[in-house]
Amino acid sequence: MTAGCFHCGLPLLEPGRHRAFLLGAERELCCAGCEAVASTIAAGGFERYYEARSADAPSALAVQDADFPEPASPQASLILERITCGACLWLIEQVLRRLPGVTSAHVNFTTQRAQVAWDPSRTSLAKVIAAVRGVGYDACPYEPRRHEARERRERRAELWRLFVAAFGAMQVMMYAFPAYVGEVSLSDMQLMRWAGLVITLPVLAFACRPFFVGARREAANGRLGMDTPIALGLAGGFAASAWATLTATGEVYFDSISMLAFLLLAARFAEGTLRRRAARALDPLLSGISQEDIPVGRILTVAPGQRFPADGVVEGGRSSADESLLTGESHPVPKSAGDRVVGGSVNLEQPLTLRVTHAGADTQAAAIARLAERASATRPRLVEAADRVARVLTPVVIAGAALAWLYSGNPWVAVAVLVVTCPCALALAAPVVLTRAAGQLLASGALLTRSRALEALASVTDVVIDKTGTLTEGRLALKRTYVLGKLGERECLALAASLEASSRHPIARAFAGIDTVPVEARHAVGEGIEARVQGRLVRIGSQDFCGALCSSRRDDSQCSVFLADESGWLAAFELEDQLRLDAKRVIEEMAQAGLAVHLASGDTPEAAGAVAARLGVARWQGGMTPQAKHDYVARLQAEGHVVAMIGDGVNDAPVLARADVSFAMGAGADAAQLKADVVLTGNRLDAILGSFSLSKKAMRVVRQNLGWALAYNAVALPLAAVGWIGPWEAALFMGASSAAVLLNASRPLAGPPPWKASSFSSLSRSPSYS
Amino acid sequence: MESLLLLVPLSVALVFLIGGVFWRALQSGQFDDLERPAHDVLDDDDRPR
Repeated sequence: MTAGCFHCGLPLLEPGRHRAFLLGAERELCCAGCEAVASTIAAGGFERYYEARSADAPSALAVQDADFPEPASPQASLILERITCGACLWLIEQVLRRLPGVTSAHVNFTTQRAQVAWDPSRTSLAKVIAAVRGVGYDACPYEPRRHEARERRERRAELWRLFVAAFGAMQVMMYAFPAYVGEVSLSDMQLMRWAGLVITLPVLAFACRPFFVGARREAANGRLGMDTPIALGLAGGFAASAWATLTATGEVYFDSISMLAFLLLAARFAEGTLRRRAARALDPLLSGISQEDIPVGRILTVAPGQRFPADGVVEGGRSSADESLLTGESHPVPKSAGDRVVGGSVNLEQPLTLRVTHAGADTQAAAIARLAERASATRPRLVEAADRVARVLTPVVIAGAALAWLYSGNPWVAVAVLVVTCPCALALAAPVVLTRAAGQLLASGALLTRSRALEALASVTDVVIDKTGTLTEGRLALKRTYVLGKLGERECLALAASLEASSRHPIARAFAGIDTVPVEARHAVGEGIEARVQGRLVRIGSQDFCGALCSSRRDDSQCSVFLADESGWLAAFELEDQLRLDAKRVIEEMAQAGLAVHLASGDTPEAAGAVAARLGVARWQGGMTPQAKHDYVARLQAEGHVVAMIGDGVNDAPVLARADVSFAMGAGADAAQLKADVVLTGNRLDAILGSFSLSKKAMRVVRQNLGWALAYNAVALPLAAVGWIGPWEAALFMGASSAAVLLNASRPLAGPPPWKASSFSSLSRSPSYS
Repeated sequence: MESLLLLVPLSVALVFLIGGVFWRALQSGQFDDLERPAHDVLDDDDRPR
């Protein structure tokens, strides 16, 4: 398929090391994991998967063993993850069906869920999931929730309405056709009119119910929406036709009414399908979180292969976790004592003991899901403007229809006006694009908390970066120790570590891993730590804090942490914040994309300058207070730049609020409390770059759609008002304009991201209407 | 054109009959997964299991 791994397409790091005999030839593979998966596929006789697939497989999962509690009844619903194309689903179903002991396995290709039942005496849920993992995918059992049953009922009802309208329209067209051709006797004509009436009645009374319900709600709220003109047009057209049938006079347009109903319902169905698909994207996030009430502080042991049921801190054990679902990061994240784990991620290697810190609705996964849902509550200004236009348009259309009727004396002109100018396309133009854009951003590790930000994202010219915790890991490491007194380096470090052992300050982490002696430490907030060690008073902390103890002064701008006792200085420590691995590349790519990159740091000018030099950032400023950063951004904005601010989301809230669009590093932090438009759930800077290009595409599609919908209405309204467009053509044009908008919205916004192994990759497929 | 007297009511009856058949098919879950049939052609494995 590519020059890379035959299985997953990743580059071959050790050519010739891993091979498998597939599809009649020796194939190169990238790693032992892919080799194992490919061998399993070949041994099971599923090699046709490689011929049928349309995308590379996900790279192999590190863990295959799983320990899942056996459910009471031997059947389960599984959410399938890491799916890249339809052949994956086929492969999974085949593997499950041939698993000894599995009595039935059915994969739904639309929802990417599997229903499995098995013979409990011969196999178990753990074995079923292990089999799915054995071919490189992941599955997690879930409780089909109540809203799912409702969703299916909703979908069936929509399909049934669509069918009634479609079939009714076809049949009524047959009765109407002779009248168009002529040569029909009056009695035959009357017979066919009655037949049309009988069939249009259920179409109107049953299939079109949603429009009448919507119109009644709009009337009750006193706000005219898009259902009102549709309901008026349908009801008016039907009443006039029914009167003509009863009195055997005038014209009937049952065919137009049914056709209109069908086209409108088809547009609704397509919209509902996209909406349900978007809603499903969040399910895997929450499925791992335990629904039971786990008390905070409880100690849990999580076996390898299992999901962490809640957020927590590792108490014991050493392992790594797959957090791709939450962060878009596909590499395993190492976990050892003291590290935070997020609920919903998978423990990969060894059992881990953790202390629960957040459970249920307080977990980060739940917060992300809530934020993602909240995002849709706000809309870009452009879309709000379009909504206002649609609201104003409706009364204008109704008034226009009434005028046209009075002027021409023909009620059908009024119906045509009502139908042809239905602002459906206008209403559909944006939401679908916005939902898809937000889903794709989430998959790449950028959680959009306000849809409004999408608009600003697309027009960003300047990027202002706050250094601490953004370009750097936010984790201090000891760079150098300067011995100043009579003690050696080792003794100084041991003293420092002992004093810092009880501290949770970031500086204390720099001394972790050094042997300590227990001391009784006294913390001076913002200054340092003091303790009595072996009879003498020792201080670690700022220059002034330590200087006060030994009553001497130093002038040292390079070091930030000092150690001293009553007799004098002992040591100075130079600490350094590690740069993020992707920082340099992302800064370069931003510059290439024509964005001006600024560094606005609260650190000392020396430290900020060093980082700027290493990253090649020309515009930098150090020693900035939050107010100075705020003014800096304001000044850029005054010069006409659109500023994106990237910060840690906690300390720099005022600047983030000032910027046109703000990013915050969200991993580990409480996502819900971050005051930023975009939360980088994976702390990966490249997600920022992706969000710029994706938002540009999304906004372009929104503008195209709005432009099309407005232009269509501007042209169609006068044509219908002067009677050039009949009701039947009006319905066709209206449906076509809605379809054009929907199809444009469902074009892919971006190519599949390189980290598409995440389960959200299903969102990047172009939707098909189901 | 007397045949129309029979044919038109017959067609109306047929419409309702076919509607009922579709209703049954819908309730049996036949249309719950419309993407799968496109992939089912992959499953042309006729080797004995």
